[in-house]
Amino acid sequence: MTAAGEAVHLPAPGESAAAKILRALAKTPLQILLGVIGLLWLVPTIGLFITSILPANTLASQGWWKIFAHPSLATFANYSVLFHNAGLTGALKTTAYIAVGNTVLVVIVGALAGYAFAWLDFPGRDWLFLGVIGLLVVPLQMALIPMFKLYDLFGISGTVLSVILFHAAFGLPFAVFLLRNFFAGIPKDILESARIDGANEIWIFLRLILPLGLPAIASLAIFQFLWTWNDLIVSLTFGVTPITVWIFGQLRQFASSIDIIAPASFISLVVPLVVFFAFQRYFVQGLLAGSVK
Amino acid sequence: MSDASITAEPPPGAAPPESSGEGLARHLTGAFFLAPALILLAVWLLYPTIYTVIRSFFGRSGYLGAWVGIDNYKTLFTTSTILTAIKNNAIWVAVVPAFVTAIGLIFAVLTERVRWAVAFKTVVFLPMAISAFATGITWRIMYQQNPSQGAINALGRTVSDAFSPAGVLPSATPSTPIFQQGQGGALILKTPLRPNGVALIGLTGIAPQDMPKGSTQAVQPAPKPGAIDGVVWRDFKPGGGKPGVVEQGELGIPGVTVQLQDSAGKVMRTTKTDVHGTFDFADVPPGAYNVGIGAQTFAKPFGGYSWLGPSLITPALLIAYIWIWAGFAMVVIAAGLSAMPRDVLEAARTDGASEWQVFRRVTVPLLAPVLSVVFITMIINVLKVFDIVIALAPDSVQANANVLALAMWRTAFTAFDFGTGSAIAVFIFLLVIPVLALNIRRFRSEAS
Repeated sequence: MTAAGEAVHLPAPGESAAAKILRALAKTPLQILLGVIGLLWLVPTIGLFITSILPANTLASQGWWKIFAHPSLATFANYSVLFHNAGLTGALKTTAYIAVGNTVLVVIVGALAGYAFAWLDFPGRDWLFLGVIGLLVVPLQMALIPMFKLYDLFGISGTVLSVILFHAAFGLPFAVFLLRNFFAGIPKDILESARIDGANEIWIFLRLILPLGLPAIASLAIFQFLWTWNDLIVSLTFGVTPITVWIFGQLRQFASSIDIIAPASFISLVVPLVVFFAFQRYFVQGLLAGSVK
Repeated sequence: MSDASITAEPPPGAAPPESSGEGLARHLTGAFFLAPALILLAVWLLYPTIYTVIRSFFGRSGYLGAWVGIDNYKTLFTTSTILTAIKNNAIWVAVVPAFVTAIGLIFAVLTERVRWAVAFKTVVFLPMAISAFATGITWRIMYQQNPSQGAINALGRTVSDAFSPAGVLPSATPSTPIFQQGQGGALILKTPLRPNGVALIGLTGIAPQDMPKGSTQAVQPAPKPGAIDGVVWRDFKPGGGKPGVVEQGELGIPGVTVQLQDSAGKVMRTTKTDVHGTFDFADVPPGAYNVGIGAQTFAKPFGGYSWLGPSLITPALLIAYIWIWAGFAMVVIAAGLSAMPRDVLEAARTDGASEWQVFRRVTVPLLAPVLSVVFITMIINVLKVFDIVIALAPDSVQANANVLALAMWRTAFTAFDFGTGSAIAVFIFLLVIPVLALNIRRFRSEAS
């Protein structure tokens, strides 16, 4: 590549109105293409929602798009049946307990460890930190069988706590990694002056680190919440029934239970979608902290 | 989803810790802050990892069971369902990371130039928030085979109808064995007719609601001099009727294209039946002719691809999975793009490079680190794929759709073979380690 200084021509400083229109027109095919792709991307989710508001006898022979020709087919009967189904409401509660419990636990335990790794001095600290990061490679499949047996031994199989602890442990390596790196970026002077003022580590952790580390904590919390809300395999293995496992139980009669499966699936994804839209910024930040700077 | 994020990189300027301290008190504080994390990691990650590795050399049941050496690993490569899983996972690794990275790159580059890019990105990124399990169900609805129920096959039918529309009588069959099968399902009368002849073409197997509109009582036409005429009718009435005979209460089939062929089978003329089902070839030169109905009349409508059947289930899963993760790739790559030095791109453009050259020679090489992060992350995700398979693949084809994580789960928790289950888990672990190690080494070298 030749140097930029030898450029042959530079764009004229002012652009005529005609040139602007031409440029906009040149972009039109691209705009249309992206618009079509965007719509296509939405179709499956819209299809699930519409399926969830159609009566079972319509779905037995028709596709969900029939609603565009017959809008009067729409009904919320499927949903009202579901909300009177004790199995589903119980499963929703279980999901919420697991997701919230795990998120709180991972944030607290992860922040404590992250602070220790970032700002406390003790022998073997860096090796220990590397060891924790190294645990990122362990797929959760490695722990299903041993924990299944251990939970059985201690008689805590089928409890919400057993699932929360499992998720928390597997969320920790990433949590410690993310928070340690964020906390390490907090200006040293702030902590030093607090220490000189006689503040102990717990005070520093609660009053300085947690508030200053809030952006990273928010990212972590959103990831953990979505991860556990959406989990199937862990709860399925330990005999706990959050909404995913409850729907899984209906799958055997997919065609005949579609009026239950579709609305239940939609309910299961409403909460993650709300969380996603409300905290999109933190979600994307966490994602990027995890992959590129 | 936490899988997406295991590739992090420490921020620059991590301050070194204070080395001054009061010895024991410092240690105790450290222990207090670290203990909860270390206990959780030791009990739920460290112990299980060691246990599972050891357990994979022992028999199917019990805390340890009987020592079997490497038999469980031999089982991995001799059991057909597990071999299918290994083969399928290889397909997943070969297809998904490449497609996700490429689509993410294309979307990221295209949206750079559009004002409402945020809306587009939100829409494409949205599936990331939804569980893989719910995605499986969502796509299972899309993939229903009946084109009037499954959206994808409905699209297929629209396309198919444009090129080869369904016939008027897709389900009809002859009522008496006086026909020979012609090419591609055409029906031809066995006995050749001469002028003055009458062709009786009786059909059954047509449901009342599938009868062409406007059909009335079938009429058997009289022989006409120099002409060949006849009737196409629904040779059935409530109670059955007598096959081969036009009776009261049997309907003529209008709109059927009847062919007149010469003895060599060449189509001489065609005509359509009227509301009574009758047709008429006037002024036919002397000779022997075959009368019949062309194959097009009986063409079956597009029945839909069996996306959820044994042969298409893995491609169906791959499409749904790419739908989820393309948004992830797009967002990460777009962030990489926005961090790219603008002046380099501008320099290339002012040097007269075309947009394609800029993309190919400048953008992609500069983005290589980001692209490899996405690619590697996807390999790891794909090696552990589970939820979407169990949700999207019907029970009857789960053996065909099998993947390692599903094989592990089924072996351990439905067949209760903990030995082989452990061996599959260790196998997944061994596959993930080098990929992830590569990633960690990469960000460590970048950080320094």
